[in-house]
Amino acid sequence: MHTDARSLSRRRLLASVAAVPILAATADFFSASGRSISGQVPWSPFAGAPPRPVNPLGWYFFTPGEAAAVEAIVDRLIPADHLTPGGKDCGCAVFIDRQLAGSFGQANSLYTKAPFAVGLPIQGYQGDLTPAGRYRLGLRALADYTHGAYKKDFVQLSPAEQDAVLNGLDTGKIVLKLKPGFSTREFFELVLQNTMEGFFADPLYGGNRGMASWKMLGFPGARYDYRDHIDKHNVRYPRDPVSIYGEA
Amino acid sequence: MARLLPKRDAVIIGLGWTGAILAQQLTEAGLNVVAIERGPWRDTASDFNIAYIQDELRYGIRKELFLQPAVEAMTMRNNAAQTALPMRDYGSFLPGHGVGGAGVHWNGASWRFWDGDLQIRSQLTRRYGAKKLTGLQLQDWGVTWNELEHSFDQFEYLCGISGKAGNLKGQIQAGGNPFESPRSRGYPTPPMKMSYAPSLFARTVTELGFHPFPTPSANLSTAYVNPLGVALGQCTYCGFCERFGCGNYSKASAQTTILPVLMRKPNFEARTECEVLKINLTPDGKHARSVTYLDAQGVEYEQPGDMVLLCAYGLMNVRMMLLSRIGQPYDPVSGKGVVGRNYCYQTSAAARLFFDGKNFNPFIGAGALGQTMDDFNGDAFDHSHLDFVGGAQINCIITGGRPIGSRPTPPGTPRWGAKWKAETAKNYQNSMGFASQGSSYPVRENYLDLDPTYTDRHGRPLLRMTFDFPDNDIAMSHYVSDRMETIAKSFNAKSWAVSRLKKGWDAVPYQSTHNTGGAVMGADPGTSAVNKYLQSWDVPNVFVIGASAFGHNGGRNPTGTVGALAYWAAEAIATKYIKSPGALVPA
Repeated sequence: MHTDARSLSRRRLLASVAAVPILAATADFFSASGRSISGQVPWSPFAGAPPRPVNPLGWYFFTPGEAAAVEAIVDRLIPADHLTPGGKDCGCAVFIDRQLAGSFGQANSLYTKAPFAVGLPIQGYQGDLTPAGRYRLGLRALADYTHGAYKKDFVQLSPAEQDAVLNGLDTGKIVLKLKPGFSTREFFELVLQNTMEGFFADPLYGGNRGMASWKMLGFPGARYDYRDHIDKHNVRYPRDPVSIYGEA
Repeated sequence: MARLLPKRDAVIIGLGWTGAILAQQLTEAGLNVVAIERGPWRDTASDFNIAYIQDELRYGIRKELFLQPAVEAMTMRNNAAQTALPMRDYGSFLPGHGVGGAGVHWNGASWRFWDGDLQIRSQLTRRYGAKKLTGLQLQDWGVTWNELEHSFDQFEYLCGISGKAGNLKGQIQAGGNPFESPRSRGYPTPPMKMSYAPSLFARTVTELGFHPFPTPSANLSTAYVNPLGVALGQCTYCGFCERFGCGNYSKASAQTTILPVLMRKPNFEARTECEVLKINLTPDGKHARSVTYLDAQGVEYEQPGDMVLLCAYGLMNVRMMLLSRIGQPYDPVSGKGVVGRNYCYQTSAAARLFFDGKNFNPFIGAGALGQTMDDFNGDAFDHSHLDFVGGAQINCIITGGRPIGSRPTPPGTPRWGAKWKAETAKNYQNSMGFASQGSSYPVRENYLDLDPTYTDRHGRPLLRMTFDFPDNDIAMSHYVSDRMETIAKSFNAKSWAVSRLKKGWDAVPYQSTHNTGGAVMGADPGTSAVNKYLQSWDVPNVFVIGASAFGHNGGRNPTGTVGALAYWAAEAIATKYIKSPGALVPA
């Protein structure tokens, strides 16, 4: 990616430093990770960081039991009908699994320093669990709940029972045994948000298989030039969607 | 022990819009300039690649180009009775990171604040009497329209802004914004083409007697070569502007307007992935000697400079001043002190309409594609019999119907299940919205300081934000929402809903990255942190450039005015300060 440009600018800098001995101390700096750029616009051919499509096979984060529960959940949040296949067949559970196994699940970008205090709703999530940790705890608590109420796993419930449980989580009528700073409501919101992300994101992340949601909406996906249609007011856009990896 | 580096004429902290403008202008004036940037180098082909920038999950939802809270978070609360807690993820606003700063992923709505903003206290007092402003810390900015107009012009021509002038040297122009302050010449490029929704909005509000006009846009209607010789391309209305870098060289940013020239200069150097920890002062606290920074390996350096230009995001400018003990921190109890004073935000509401049988094609969009009316903005309307001051623009801007974030359904629709899906499918093409973007006026209780508990990855205190929407602004917003109801009704839609702003600013849902104030400019060192040239009153070789200088926030996006202030400060440094370093205005 940037390696070539970085070493190029380092060479350039070392060359310029050689003529100005007083700058010698800076040489160490440029062998570190900071980067000096001067006298040029950095350029290296084929630079870029394209996304890597996920492997659709197997589970990277979920245990088999968790995967079955999440597949059942996404299939009720997004049920199969004449518009699209269900959330499971669209790959939403695979999407969530890969997200949890990656930097999103590990909270790599978030502020995770202590102290952890129970906050106000306006202050957002204040718990100490990563998104992956929230799924692990939340799915275990959900299994505990369905075993208590139905003596079954979530996946073994009828669709109507599954909807009743999800409704209970959504409306606050069911309270799972989680931990302070992580409410049932927050667990449900996380699952709902991630399911919708999977359903509507580019298929390369594992969900939205066959661009099912984009076709349903009439969203053309990764196309980037609508100059031929901006003036055509109230006229349906004629072309089908394309994905980043060229699926059409 | 920090390694001491050779001295430069000017050290710039942050290489975004303002840093790039200052660097360009000061290297032209012959200075040797180094810019120290916390984030990575970023450029169009490598980082906003057209082959994969249209990725809503990666850039729009996971926010890859933004400042990550792991790098720097802030704490927030609504009032001093609450305990501030860290925003563990950024939500309500999204600061930038890396070369180009927030100018990489801005929408491109490029406004000029009005004469009535710059002299807000004197003009409102003249019209309504001082009593009208009770409870508000509104103050003049210390600079006048005539002084600043040229700087607005410079920024617009740098960017190639697409728009229609409404007031050319005092002559009102049909089709432009009749309420804008007089401009010396028209926009460099014509307005963007309009898609269906903004056209319908313009027709509807025109019939109601209002004055819509094309939103001035940094997404360019046509190819353009700016005065530096840098070329921009025509916008393709791809709908991946906001939160994305432009892969098509069509959105003005430091990358597409300045860096191709600036980076080639021998008297300029950028150091990326280097984070400034503080500005070091002489023992008397009246002169900045150097800045201390860490590279990505944690190696510490000291970079001396004859002047230090603080060009980070406005909020970070304030934090750096507090960490470096530049200027007296603001105390909301006594009302004394200046650093952290007059923090303001943006006061907004939205309307959503649902039709049958339409094709709005919401994915055809651009960050600033749309129509705006200013009939209820600022002091464009009479407030004599109203219980507030200020106002809001009402706009119909189609930034792009990216479906993870934008899939409207009528109120009462479930959020999941078969009914949700059917309504989502039905309304994607059948819905349009418009919004208000309102002024935010300063009150004593809203301010910025350092958090007593939470620290960043280097152990420095986080910035603490104490903010709620003042009663004045709530009243203003509700008044504008009432007008939006009238407008919404006139569309003859099947159904519609207008939101109403409530007390209790919520840090979670996205609202606006228009954080202003905290190091405001002015004529009085008792109420401003920097003088009219954005020069620190206390440490005259430090200039603090950005929306941190706004005395209040107006009902419009801040970047056009931030760009103008950058040119204005650069000109003062190049023509006045270099010749005679020291305070440009006697304190």
